[in-house]
Amino acid sequence: MRKRLSALLISVLALSACGSGGDDSPEGTAAAASCAPSSGPVTITYTTWIPGIEKVVKLWNDKNPNIQVKVQTGPNGNGGTYQNFFNQLKAGNTPDLGHIEYDALPSFRVQDGLLDVAQCDIVAKAKDQFIPWTWNQVSFGDAKSAWGIPQDSGPMALFYRADLFEKNGIAIPKTWDEYAAAAEKVKAAGGYITNFSQSDINQFAGFTWQAGGRWFANDGQQWTVNLTDDKTKKVAGYWQNLISKKLVSTVPPWTTEWDNAYNSSSAWTWVSAVWGANSIMSGAPKTAGKWRVAPMPQWTAGDDVAGNWGGSATAVFKSSKHPYEAAQFALWLNTSEEALALLNKEAQLYPATTAGTKYSYLANPVEFYGDQKIYEVFADAATQVTPDFTWGPTMTSTYASASDGFKAAVSGQGTLDEALAATQKQTVETLKSQAIPVKE
Amino acid sequence: MSVLAPENTKGKVRESLFSRTGAMLIMAVGTVYFLTPIWWLFVGASKSSEEFTSTNPLWFADFDLFTNIGDLFAYRDGVFLRWMLNSVLYTGGAALLGTLIAAMCGYALAKYQFRGRELLFNVVLSGVLVPATALALPLFLIFSKVEMTNTFWSVFLPSLVNPFGVYLARIYATASVPDDLLEAARIDGSGEIRTFFKVSTRLMTPALVTIFLFHFVAVWNNFLLPLIMLSDERLFPVTLGLYSWNTQVNQIPELRGLVIIGALLSITPLVIAFLFLQRFWRNGLGAGAVK
Repeated sequence: MRKRLSALLISVLALSACGSGGDDSPEGTAAAASCAPSSGPVTITYTTWIPGIEKVVKLWNDKNPNIQVKVQTGPNGNGGTYQNFFNQLKAGNTPDLGHIEYDALPSFRVQDGLLDVAQCDIVAKAKDQFIPWTWNQVSFGDAKSAWGIPQDSGPMALFYRADLFEKNGIAIPKTWDEYAAAAEKVKAAGGYITNFSQSDINQFAGFTWQAGGRWFANDGQQWTVNLTDDKTKKVAGYWQNLISKKLVSTVPPWTTEWDNAYNSSSAWTWVSAVWGANSIMSGAPKTAGKWRVAPMPQWTAGDDVAGNWGGSATAVFKSSKHPYEAAQFALWLNTSEEALALLNKEAQLYPATTAGTKYSYLANPVEFYGDQKIYEVFADAATQVTPDFTWGPTMTSTYASASDGFKAAVSGQGTLDEALAATQKQTVETLKSQAIPVKE
Repeated sequence: MSVLAPENTKGKVRESLFSRTGAMLIMAVGTVYFLTPIWWLFVGASKSSEEFTSTNPLWFADFDLFTNIGDLFAYRDGVFLRWMLNSVLYTGGAALLGTLIAAMCGYALAKYQFRGRELLFNVVLSGVLVPATALALPLFLIFSKVEMTNTFWSVFLPSLVNPFGVYLARIYATASVPDDLLEAARIDGSGEIRTFFKVSTRLMTPALVTIFLFHFVAVWNNFLLPLIMLSDERLFPVTLGLYSWNTQVNQIPELRGLVIIGALLSITPLVIAFLFLQRFWRNGLGAGAVK
């Protein structure tokens, strides 16, 4: 079903790509290049798929009668909302604000759909409140721009079954070498150390991010694609080894099968983002109290480097008539304690601000994790994510290609390396086909 | 079913035991093939989320169906019921009105002589070949121009169109509405419109039911149009609503259970429509074929 649907969406995408050849849509003339406050009461529209967002918006609306926010929800970004944004850009009727994940932000930038909110003085002033790497995700490394306000982040750590590790006398791995060694012992004890995500490439991207691999770069003129650099190859070789030795299970992620692997104690660890805490809680209820969280295994003993998996921004679309108010709301949404606390309660969003990671609601012990204060681990990880990882402008097709290759690799046909090489080639071609300048 | 029934009672045609068992076997396999997913859905909908992953997917654990339905209806102030209502309005309304329009068009093409009739008919026919998917984006751009996206009408109006229905209505009207009868009605002083409603539609009923059913299913399943047109959750049909929940399962895993129960409930109107109308449908298809 999902596959067919994505095929549909792709065909629509192709259609719209055909249509854009003779694009003569009028540019937003006056509104661009300025971020002045409007006079009088305004209503701004905001499209997102954050669960429970209505409650957060109500909090704002009650206090700000002159800036009323109308929220619209729908499927998640890749499920259709991004395509809707692109259609609306073409038709000139985007909402004022849109929820866009970090990895999709460059594609909207390339389409010239976003307002540079760094032009708004309030945004420029707020910059220092954000964890530097999250800001980098919206500025693309250019200190003078911001193509959205960072909303949440997904610093990664190691979830593990403390009881099973202890019972079998296995030490908690601190490095990836130790992790591979532990995998052998776990296999001997009848389990799998983890489940390798064969179709959600973002986990692998998080591993690469930690290892220092940089898939995309943009020097202002053209894009560089590098899915086969040494760091990425190192990560791919590492996991390929575990897959080949059958030390990891490979059930598709986000399925009941996957839940069951954790619920039935078949998979013992998961290197995942902060929001994964909730996935385990609801997917593996039988294992309550047995999980703990430790920092992500390191490539070099003694290092403190974390990867990131997920996270999104609140972006202001270029055609917005009230960019200042939109930015004002987006800042409140993503920096104020009341909003962040509610977002965390309703949707488990993990903040992108430095202060946010230290708020009291993240300081409590979590019962499911044996009363460990797990968010302290993530607060550290959040500051250890390396800052300069950039996403490409055509991630959807990059993910699709990599996912095809990874699926083949886990079933024994080809390797992760080959999958990445094919993805590299395919990504460059996609960029070229969309007339995006790319270095060969 | 209909093939075998007369031969059992009247014994006109004797088929070999071999071919009869063969046919039964194929049908049995087909039945299992088609019903297993629905069975899975029903069983899955009756389980709590914990049992859902840990118990046999094709057999019941504790029967929580009604608790689950209660949860579904209560979730987010009963937005699911709203979606069901929307679907019924979009689908029922568009199918009823669309059938009427298709019937009138087909009837006019069959019974009135006018210049360009065949051309018009061919244009309509070529519409059958254009998939609804390909039209969704152009429709979005058109509706954007008149600022009517994200409204009830942006989904309802395009759903009224049904070229296949026009085709079916024309074929059927040609075959089943005799010109002499229309002459007689005219001589008796009946106006054209009155004749259409009082005489012709009666004769065309089987075809109209068929068109209605086809149209009902097509609109119910037309997912892309609402996906592209609507951004206000309150306007979603149930298919889009469930889909958007399903995309959020990673974030809120309890939605998985609600999506399954919702899917079960969302197919019930289709099942009911078929059970009530299938007899007409069969007649309609048969009649068109023989003539």
